[in-house]
Amino acid sequence: MGSVASRLNVRVQNGVTRIEFVDRNILDETNIAQIGEELGRIIDSQVNPKLLICFKAVEHLSSAALGTLITVNNRVRAKDGQLRLSDIDPQIYEVFVITKLNRLFHIHETADKALASFS
Amino acid sequence: MAPTKSRPPSSGDFSERRVLRDQRTDIEDAQSLVASHLAALGYEASACWAIRLALEEAITNAFRHGNKNDPAKSVRFMLRISAHQAYFEVEDDGPGFDPTTVPDPTHDENIEIPSGRGIMLIKAYMSEVAYLPPGNRLSMTYRRG
Repeated sequence: MGSVASRLNVRVQNGVTRIEFVDRNILDETNIAQIGEELGRIIDSQVNPKLLICFKAVEHLSSAALGTLITVNNRVRAKDGQLRLSDIDPQIYEVFVITKLNRLFHIHETADKALASFS
Repeated sequence: MAPTKSRPPSSGDFSERRVLRDQRTDIEDAQSLVASHLAALGYEASACWAIRLALEEAITNAFRHGNKNDPAKSVRFMLRISAHQAYFEVEDDGPGFDPTTVPDPTHDENIEIPSGRGIMLIKAYMSEVAYLPPGNRLSMTYRRG
């Protein structure tokens, strides 16, 4: 049985797990499900998860991907953790505004600003 | 994906009907087809981005909610693109639904529910959207400027 390649680049920086997407387009439902599972494992592995999800390379994102982010946010909050998003393309940010998810998520212009916001 | 009809109604215009079966491959092929015609007609990058998102949501909804991911079922896709507007129809094999019954995902009580945002995005980015009876056929139009 072959292993499935990760859809995330993950590294820990100052106690924060910094996550970037491998894919430029987060549209395929199978890939989105895998991203959700990978993020779920990261959350499960931490007591009070501190996650930064960086969208630097992301060009397209579907509502299914938004759904996964909401699930991740719910799971992080259930463990008294913190989730930050950063480097979101202006067109994609507009999707967050239309759906009012910019009010739910803590979104920062850059990863550095997001990292500085963790308590 | 099987093209069943290809006809330019007038110079620069393009129309085609396709039956989409294998979900991801066919969505990507349909998106590439639309993108090539939008580019040929000089649609702005923001328009191409908006149309791509709306198509993604419409076709994905048709497979997931309409056809319940049943591989035996298909989605009919029709496009008619001119220099002034891009018109699309997406029809699934499901029984249809009443879009007015879908809860508003922006309400406080729904904001943390992971699903239900596709229709909202389609309506936000397209100029005109209609669900045709019995609710399994979506038509949507993007008008330029």
